[in-house]
Amino acid sequence: MTSAIAVDRLEVIFDRFRALKGVSLDVQPGESFGLVGESGSGKSTLLRAIAGLAPVASGGIAVNGKTLGARRDKAFYREVQMVFQDPYGSLHPRQTVDRLLQEPLAIHGFADGEKRIQRALDEVGLGNGFRFRYSHQLSGGQRQRVAIARALILEPSILLLDEPTSALDASVQAEVLNLLEEVRKRRKLTFLMVSHDLAIITHMCERLMVMQSGEAVENLAAAELVERRVTKDYTRNLLRASDGFVRTA
Amino acid sequence: MSALLDVDDLRVTFPTRTGLIEAVRGVSFSLGRERLGIVGESGSGKSQTGRAIMGLTPPQARISANKLAFDGIDLLSVSPRERRKLRGKRIAMILQDPKYSLDPVISIGRQIVETLRTHEKVGKAEARDRALAMLEAVQIRDPSRVFNLHPHEVSGGMGQRAMIAMMLIAGPEMMIADEPTSALDVTVQLDVLGILDRLVSERGMGLIFISHDLRLVSSFCDRVIVMYAGKVVEQLKASELGHAQHPYTRGLLNCMPKIGADRHPLPVLDRKPEWAA
Repeated sequence: MTSAIAVDRLEVIFDRFRALKGVSLDVQPGESFGLVGESGSGKSTLLRAIAGLAPVASGGIAVNGKTLGARRDKAFYREVQMVFQDPYGSLHPRQTVDRLLQEPLAIHGFADGEKRIQRALDEVGLGNGFRFRYSHQLSGGQRQRVAIARALILEPSILLLDEPTSALDASVQAEVLNLLEEVRKRRKLTFLMVSHDLAIITHMCERLMVMQSGEAVENLAAAELVERRVTKDYTRNLLRASDGFVRTA
Repeated sequence: MSALLDVDDLRVTFPTRTGLIEAVRGVSFSLGRERLGIVGESGSGKSQTGRAIMGLTPPQARISANKLAFDGIDLLSVSPRERRKLRGKRIAMILQDPKYSLDPVISIGRQIVETLRTHEKVGKAEARDRALAMLEAVQIRDPSRVFNLHPHEVSGGMGQRAMIAMMLIAGPEMMIADEPTSALDVTVQLDVLGILDRLVSERGMGLIFISHDLRLVSSFCDRVIVMYAGKVVEQLKASELGHAQHPYTRGLLNCMPKIGADRHPLPVLDRKPEWAA
């Protein structure tokens, strides 16, 4: 079976800074894969490199068996869509939800826009009432739903999720995570999800990769992490930290 | 034990084009020399409560309270001059993101010295020595190097330590920490909390810890106040969080993914209008 995403010894260099130092990754179709690490570990850079948003110095990326060149073509973006961390920054402030959702349809020349917009809004739990609002009239959770609708409207097979809930309140986070799981099940999507929160990753993903300063520390199944069968000290530290504050007497 | 801070029926109201908005609607609590957590989601009024105590409410807002007293001083009637003397000297505040709350064009050392010399008559050399000692107390390894750095040259964790040093140097009796670790990585978060914990208990300070993270607060504080829509919905001991009564507190605890708990879909919060009533 061809992998949905195959990354081979990828190097990303910003000026002289090596953000990714030869990272390899393999995600199967229909799988949900997590990337964890602290800030500066390169997890977001890896995601952005796949989307074509980071300067790749060497190494290869293949999506659904097709090796990607330096430029992404339109067909790529029909397969792969991304949801960004900050729903306050990723929606155009002067476009209505309707206009935002029309943009990808216009680019890809879809004729049945009307129907697709309605279906996409229904799917993310926003009724037609939200269609002609501006993003500043929506709450953070509603905005993230719009961003998810925009990603889904082209019916991609792969979603890249960059900390999709870290800007949201805990209760809203639960709603958005449930929504993501639901659409993944219904559409048999492949997820590549970045988060700094181990609990979210073990909840959402089957496998995960722990990253530190541009390198992969270890690859784990979510179940291994839950049972704390980890081999590297770095991962152990992250696990301990996510248990909360412990007072030393 | 006499209370360090007494808050009774605190209200903060903002005038807007569409009428008055009450951000804080009748909050009451008292603080001794303990660690008190205030938890709530965005818009619950937790930060405005902290800011009203510190005297940082925007000028267009109106504050009213039956009582808002720090160590017997009525904070509502005190003159701006007196208030300035309290702020930084006896009441200190740590803000969320050191990137935005430190002055970007002044070195870290000078900012700490400035706080000290505003409140105490000390010479330059002594102020410098005390600032260096304070940087060492917040576990900065090379204080004399960090002293001369500007905020953009240090990491988030280091910046937050510098801010704690700045807040503690005048020896305050009460500290308000508004999301002090939300901008930091989890492991750094614990270091910073450890430092805060040690200094607060060594100096016998009262601490108000404002956060959206119920689990973090309950592992750090002695007592927790849960706020919803400008009101206190529940007050309880941190150790008894598992036995929380209010459905909002329970819902908030429940909806977070936990390592090892296999719950699909996650329980979501079903907000009841009567919670805000």
